[in-house]
Amino acid sequence: MAADTPNALDMSLVEARDGLVRKAFSSVELTTAALAAVEALNPRLNAYITVTGDQALAQAAQADAAIAAGEAGPMAGVPVGIKDLFCTKGVRTTAASNILRDFVPPYESTVTANLRRDGAVFLGKTNLDEFAMGSGNLTSAFGPVENPWKRAGSDAALVPGGSSGGSAAAVAAGLGFGATGTDTGGSIRQPASYCGITGIKPTYGRCSRFGTIAFASSLDQAGPMARTVADCAVMLGSMAGFDAQDSTSVDRPVPDYLAACGRSLKGLRIGIPREYHAPGMPAEIEAIWQQGIAWLRDAGCEIVDVSLPHTKYGLATYYIIAPAECSSNLARYDGVRFGARVAGGTLDELYENTRRAGFGDETRRRIMMGTYVLSAGYYDAYYLKAQKVRSLIQRDFTDVFADVDVLLTPTAPSAAFAQDEKPSDPVQMYLNDIFTVPASMAGVPAMSVPAGVDAQGLPLGLQLIGRFFDEETLFAVGSALERAAAFTHRPALRASDVARAGIAS
Amino acid sequence: MTYRIEGRTGTWEIVVGLEVHAQVISQAKLFSGASATYGGAPNTHVSFIDAGFPGMLPVVNRECVAQAVRTGLGLAAHINVVSRFDRKNYFYADLPQGYQISQFEHPIVGSGVIEIELADGATREIGITRLHLEQDAGKSMHDQDPTRSFIDLNRSGVALMEIVSEPDIRSPEEAGAYVRKLRQILRYLGTCDGNMEEGSMRADVNVSVRQAGEAFRTRCEIKNVNSIRYVMQAIEAEAQRQVEVWESGGTVDQETRLFDPGRGETRSLRSKEDAHDYRYFPDPDLLPLVLDEGWVAGLKASLPELPDAKRARLEADYGVTRYESGVLTAEQAIADFYETVARGLDTRLATNWVLGDFFAALNRTGRSIEDSPVSAASLRALLGLITDSTINGKIAKDVFEEMVDTGDEPMAIVERRGLKQVTDTGAIDAAIARVLADNADKVAEYKSGKDKLFGFFVGQTMKAMAGKGNPALVNEALKKQLAD
Repeated sequence: MAADTPNALDMSLVEARDGLVRKAFSSVELTTAALAAVEALNPRLNAYITVTGDQALAQAAQADAAIAAGEAGPMAGVPVGIKDLFCTKGVRTTAASNILRDFVPPYESTVTANLRRDGAVFLGKTNLDEFAMGSGNLTSAFGPVENPWKRAGSDAALVPGGSSGGSAAAVAAGLGFGATGTDTGGSIRQPASYCGITGIKPTYGRCSRFGTIAFASSLDQAGPMARTVADCAVMLGSMAGFDAQDSTSVDRPVPDYLAACGRSLKGLRIGIPREYHAPGMPAEIEAIWQQGIAWLRDAGCEIVDVSLPHTKYGLATYYIIAPAECSSNLARYDGVRFGARVAGGTLDELYENTRRAGFGDETRRRIMMGTYVLSAGYYDAYYLKAQKVRSLIQRDFTDVFADVDVLLTPTAPSAAFAQDEKPSDPVQMYLNDIFTVPASMAGVPAMSVPAGVDAQGLPLGLQLIGRFFDEETLFAVGSALERAAAFTHRPALRASDVARAGIAS
Repeated sequence: MTYRIEGRTGTWEIVVGLEVHAQVISQAKLFSGASATYGGAPNTHVSFIDAGFPGMLPVVNRECVAQAVRTGLGLAAHINVVSRFDRKNYFYADLPQGYQISQFEHPIVGSGVIEIELADGATREIGITRLHLEQDAGKSMHDQDPTRSFIDLNRSGVALMEIVSEPDIRSPEEAGAYVRKLRQILRYLGTCDGNMEEGSMRADVNVSVRQAGEAFRTRCEIKNVNSIRYVMQAIEAEAQRQVEVWESGGTVDQETRLFDPGRGETRSLRSKEDAHDYRYFPDPDLLPLVLDEGWVAGLKASLPELPDAKRARLEADYGVTRYESGVLTAEQAIADFYETVARGLDTRLATNWVLGDFFAALNRTGRSIEDSPVSAASLRALLGLITDSTINGKIAKDVFEEMVDTGDEPMAIVERRGLKQVTDTGAIDAAIARVLADNADKVAEYKSGKDKLFGFFVGQTMKAMAGKGNPALVNEALKKQLAD
């Protein structure tokens, strides 16, 4: 398959990589095609905040040279998107916030440095909720992202989920073979589910946080988003690794995740947590979950009903701890040293003017909540209590993983909703994270795999949660789920269609 | 000596506790690789971490931790093998992250003790509550431009130890002695240079007053006092103020105050109501600090001898007095100098020379022990020349002055100037014979019983011999000739 044929951008990351190594096409050809698709579709999807075409082509040429020299890294020549929360040296990094609208970091994040080391080509910086705070990519200062999927018979713009909404939409539409995401309470898994792609939040400490703009430090974790489980395996293998610059990074070898995708599931015990049967959950979600259980049973797994008794406290606890950390992490955006500044007569006025103009409503809301829960007189009742509950949630997982190998749950309580259906109550919005937050609180790895579509043709994902640093079992089970689901549905807006249209005209 | 303030309503005692901020001696800052050295053009010792850039993360500097542990061990304090870093949140232009990383709930060092000595020789123990590690902030400069403030982040992120005392101090003198002793220990340990004028050591002073038998009354905190003299003056002024407030029927409010050395008074900086809510919480970027017990034991084994132990040893080994040992151990360099000079020699001779002529020469030349004009080895060589009778004590003083002026070795000076003591009895006898012949009248007086003239004859003989006569031989020969 040549890179300029219409379906080139529909290949999986692994297919693209193998084609590059076989020299079936060059990275420059592939990157040129991807950039053309971005140019055609991005004005509508708004998945990329910044497109780095010249840099991408230069990286592609380098990758081609490396491939020709037989020195191809595991990501050599593969065009991907980078969530605009990862600092990229010399390339504007905004966190989708006005306060960093013109910020150009003089340093590179460890995750993007690892991808570059392995030859990846960066198409640009993908859109997100401001400072990764949101579940619909509706809080970006650079405008919302449109989900490339459509409800049957409707052109209504749907949200791609959040906060890694730009990455999810780009990958679903074929504007890149993969993209980096970050996940604090579900920001990789929920948009992956909404956009019909795969995403994994690895164990906390697996990927370095150095150079990734912080939202909630004890929860933030980078991970890959791609169209297949194997694609995520390749990409995570490149992103992960110990980094002495991040004290919470864990020093243990990165296994061969791609090899793990082919492992047998014989004898694996899959836990079905009864607390995830949320009241009011749509029947379609329940049905796809049951379908997933059946597939894994057919694949040779033993299905076990389990209990994670503190699940119901997950969301409330999360919305204390994450804002608390965010209120402190975002104090550095004060207009003094970098980023936007709005002058004032006094230092306090400078702060107030800068932060009022620089932060959007949701960011301000979380800073205020976080400041409140850490305040004298409230700390014990909120933050300290939340930390104790967090320990209990962690213990739930430790206990259950003494008995089962993996947990299977829905990823999100619904399919993608329309941009104009955004709930007016922020708490309703927070409920999107109800199934993803507990794994974040515990720090264990979790993956979302597309499992089917709802009655309106929108994708639904299933979530697999694993033991600490046992991403390999997640990749094995995820691959089995993927094979069983045979998910061949495609979104309405696709790069390959644009390319075909372009060739036809 | 008990310190009391006599008020109108009675006698008041003062209660003082000190929080000393000591800058850790280290190559790099507490959480970044940037240089921690003092000086340097503004904003030249700043990493992206120190400037609080997005995505930057702290990584604790092992050497700073070791310095804190050494200090704790030097204060006979409990070392907490598990401690934790917390964020202290507040906004200020020279605080780049919007928070200071400190240790609030779980400090690295727990309770310890310092023994202080007062002018009358009395000693007291002052309790140490805790020692914790924290980052310094940058520096705001408001006087460089009429409309703008400038920020220098060189200091931002430099490691500080905050050393908190118990409220055990009862007089300005004790406070001064405490800070001096603490500084001495830190310098011995090499964990802080103690230069208060450069700001590498500063004190927050907590003062309250009470009448006999009372519980503690409300205290005020005097921030950032940067000399020992000011610490003592600030306590005096603040205690006096509080007594006056209480005695005029008022109430002392818990507040933060500043000491104005020009006016000799403290003034309010902010009241408790205006106090920041620092919203402390564990820093999620850092794991708990867990020390290996073996590592701590290794640091303990490699600690230098500390002032109290050194003092006791000098008294035992060199027979110096309590006062002398205090002077000799004031700085480690002095003690080292002294021991190099005195080891194996007549220790009384060595002590007198070091404390006498040598210190006088330092004073006169304005030099410190570290760049002394005379090395310990040279002084020791000079004393060796006295001991082996190459020169006498009086000539030695001349030689020493020349050593100070020229830096030459004593033997070279002695040889160049021909100052070797004359022990040739023939030459001595000849000189004496001449002196006695020239002073026949005095000889007659001496022989008629005016014994005191003996000293005159010694002086004249030494003069005749240009001071080089061996005093013992001169004495002996004179007695013999006068008896003839």
